[in-house]
Amino acid sequence: MANFGFKISTPRSIDLDNADRTLYEQMLEMVPSYRYCIGCGGCTATCSAGQFTDFNIRKTHFLFSRRQYDKLTTDMLPEVDLNKCMLCGKCSLVCPRGVNTRGLIVEMRKLLLN
Amino acid sequence: MKRFWNGYQKAIADDHYFYERSCIRQTFFPGSEAAFLKILREELGKDICDNPHQHTCTGIGYHSDVVPFDTTMTVVARLFSLMTEYGYKNYVPSCVTSFGVFTEMMTKWEEQPELKEKARQYLWEACKREFEVPENIVHPSDIIYKFRFDLKPKMKYQLLNRFTGRPLRVVEHIGCHYAKIFSHHGIGNAEFPYVLAGMIEAWGGEVIDYPERRHCCGFGFRQYLVQENRGYSIANTKKKFESMESYEPDFILTNCPGCSMFLDKWQYTIAEMEHKTYDREGYGIPVLTYEELAGLLLGYDPWTLGLQLHQVQCERLMDKIGIAYNPSEKYRGVSGLRHPSPEKPEFLKV
Repeated sequence: MANFGFKISTPRSIDLDNADRTLYEQMLEMVPSYRYCIGCGGCTATCSAGQFTDFNIRKTHFLFSRRQYDKLTTDMLPEVDLNKCMLCGKCSLVCPRGVNTRGLIVEMRKLLLN
Repeated sequence: MKRFWNGYQKAIADDHYFYERSCIRQTFFPGSEAAFLKILREELGKDICDNPHQHTCTGIGYHSDVVPFDTTMTVVARLFSLMTEYGYKNYVPSCVTSFGVFTEMMTKWEEQPELKEKARQYLWEACKREFEVPENIVHPSDIIYKFRFDLKPKMKYQLLNRFTGRPLRVVEHIGCHYAKIFSHHGIGNAEFPYVLAGMIEAWGGEVIDYPERRHCCGFGFRQYLVQENRGYSIANTKKKFESMESYEPDFILTNCPGCSMFLDKWQYTIAEMEHKTYDREGYGIPVLTYEELAGLLLGYDPWTLGLQLHQVQCERLMDKIGIAYNPSEKYRGVSGLRHPSPEKPEFLKV
């Protein structure tokens, strides 16, 4: 290939039409309450890991629901490192919609990191 | 209601135009401006002045923050002084960037008259010249649009696929500076720009309405002037091509030098980088300027129009329309000398 001195920049737009829904559908089967999340951020506010690290559970949910799985895997520098969660479960206690947030992280680890 | 829709109309002078040539069109689409002058003079019998003393409008430097506002204002004033000197009142800049610069200066002078006086003072101090603001400023595509039905009976060909008998499917792309800056200067405003669609429909084609129709072509000055930034430029172009690909356009029609250039040349670059072309056979989608299209349909020689200088070659399109051309004359210059054929790209078929 000719060297042009530049590459085609990847746009940051999220193309939901062409996104792979497989993992998201699997997650909805495993944790049905995931569909009730309203993104209020209560989980993030109470998160113990989030107090000391850059772990952000609300961001994790958004990235996963937007099918941006590559930003959650540890192959590269992840935007959110799922391994930072201590699985304490405080997020599940405060969730106003009764989402099994702790279960979400566990299942995400299985789907993305194993 | 009538007053509301009047905002989408535009006054276009009937005759006596002062033409200002573009800097980059002369290089990349050298036959377009000559074709425009020929169409106006010979087909429509109009008076248009092609003055040899004209110069840049500073558009590229102005939009890249190299040339300051006051300098641009003075350069624009000098161009207007040429028009005044030769006795014209209708200004026609060939380039959409120039058109944007002129409409911007005129709007500024209208809103802040002290700036106009400043321009007069600068111009007088610099070269002892005086100017009048044009009564009518239009882009050449506006003039072709206005006379599209007058040109139609003179045309030898229509935008029909002679193999299928169906109208050719055309993507139209209008330069951002034509109507996105000062929308009332564009036919159909910025919301429903109709200048090129009107030509396509009048001459028998079908306009494709695709999702990214109004997206930038990638010619944003800051995106391409520095080589390392060109990834942003080509990303815009790629976005447009991906959006139009499924509609299988026969060609792209543009009215801006930058759009014509980038939509044409980036097809080669994308093909080299990603081995991807946006037509089925791997030849790319031809890109025409509105003058080239009008010239082709009027029966002008495609090689005099400069189609051999396009990156995506137009023979297949001309075959579809049924335009006669002589392949052996493709690289013969105006002096009669035959030039060597250019090197072929690795992935884009020519």
